[in-house]
Amino acid sequence: MVHFENVVKRFGDLEVLQGLNFQVQPGERVTLIGPSGSGKTTILRLIMTLEQVTDGVIWVEGEPLSHMRKGERLVAANEAHQRQVRKKIGMVFQQFNLFPNMRVLRNITEAPVHVLGQSKEQAHTRAKELLELVGLSDKADAYPSQLSGGQQQRVAIARSLAMSPDILLLDEVTSALDPELVADVLDLLKDIAQSTDITMLIVTHEMGFARDVSDRVMMFDRGVIVEDGPPSQVMGDPEHERTRSFLKAVLGESQG
Amino acid sequence: MGWNWETAQELWPLLMEGLRILLLVTLISSLIALALGLVVALTDRSAPRAVTMPLFAVMEFIRNTPVLVQAVFVWTAVTMWLGTAASPMWTGAIVLGVHYASYTAEAYRAGIDGIPKGQWEAITALSLPKPRAWIAVLLPQALRRSTPALGNYVIALFKEVPILSAIGVTEMVRQVDGYAGLNYTGALEGFTIAGLIFLVVSYPVALLMRKLEKRLAN
Ligand SMILES: Nc1ncnc2c1ncn2[C@@H]1O[C@H](COP(=O)(O)OP(=O)(O)OP(=O)(O)O)[C@@H](O)[C@H]1O
Ligand SMILES: [Mg+2]
Repeated sequence: MVHFENVVKRFGDLEVLQGLNFQVQPGERVTLIGPSGSGKTTILRLIMTLEQVTDGVIWVEGEPLSHMRKGERLVAANEAHQRQVRKKIGMVFQQFNLFPNMRVLRNITEAPVHVLGQSKEQAHTRAKELLELVGLSDKADAYPSQLSGGQQQRVAIARSLAMSPDILLLDEVTSALDPELVADVLDLLKDIAQSTDITMLIVTHEMGFARDVSDRVMMFDRGVIVEDGPPSQVMGDPEHERTRSFLKAVLGESQG
Repeated sequence: MGWNWETAQELWPLLMEGLRILLLVTLISSLIALALGLVVALTDRSAPRAVTMPLFAVMEFIRNTPVLVQAVFVWTAVTMWLGTAASPMWTGAIVLGVHYASYTAEAYRAGIDGIPKGQWEAITALSLPKPRAWIAVLLPQALRRSTPALGNYVIALFKEVPILSAIGVTEMVRQVDGYAGLNYTGALEGFTIAGLIFLVVSYPVALLMRKLEKRLAN
């Protein structure tokens, strides 16, 4: 489904990923944890083509994302190829990134109509369903600025689901929210995880949530996978000292 | 040499005709400035360097030479080329419009640069095609940010129209000049009233722009 093959990512002199390898199976929910600066966001942004790999190949559903086939060889992908592959991928951002000039409903229908070629009615109907799913049926005609952070994030989730992605990337989607709004968004994501078979890559500091939704947890440190396994093992009985101290730090923080 | 109401009365219709020309030139020039400036700003964003570099040079040149010189030069050149006098109004309106396009382009550019990075990223994440992204997401947000600056340029342009009297555009100043030249009087009345008319027209617009600016700020 998603396959990193010797992926290297450098920002100038800083080598964030130094030949990363991992695979995510269809329908799998994988949580990426690790200290700040360990490269979690970078990994999601590479999959979303918001960043380009320095070296190596990322495969999405058997297609190279960062490259395209030219006869036998793989060459750097162009914009058109990337647009094609990333239609299958959706991303929800920490800062929501809704379009402030559009009402909620059009935020959700814009891409289905203009990217997937759905009819206005079709997109409209689906958007209404999704708004109901995220509990915001009454906000269809509101502008994003009239919504709370939690509501905006739920609209953003609806917006990405409207594209029927095979893969959903979630980067600290509750970090910008007031504490009392976090639970609603996490509950919604749990719902979605239960009722769909979308492959999910999740970056979060909410360890309880990670434990509930993930099939698998990957612990990163400085761009390297330190530990990789089911949450019960990685979070319950970590093998590595670095995982232990990280978990201790995060859990201590959320309890304090 | 004091104020003469009779002279003022005689000048009134001339001033009104001058105002009509003034507003007409302002309208034509503004439309050119607003449209061309947008084209320049968008070209600057998307065209290859082979296009944007010379474009930048031309815009710098236009911005850094006086409108008066540009107007006289263009009018003379077009007149020589046509072999008959070029229309002062149209020549003037186009020169002024192109001149101000070099400013409005900057205003548009600032508006585009002010769009948060997250908007571009959402566009990528949703795979919105470039043209659609510009029309539906980027331009509406950029225009909102640019509007106060654009409004101020339209006011500045309006106040610069009298410069075009140098090539014979019969706006208010030119009308007063003509009258005073013939009658050896009327300059005091004419320029006073013309000044007041400028104030009456541009001040409310300026106030409106300031209000808009404040509203957009929060
Ligand atoms: N555009 C960029 N330019 C330069 N350096 C960058 C850029 N983006 C990320 N980095 C660097 O890459 C490293 C990994 O960043 P990344 O955002 O992936 O970490 P992270 O694991 O998501 O951290 P956090 O938990 O703080 O979000 C950091 O050292 C960061 O400073
Ligand atoms: Mg991050």
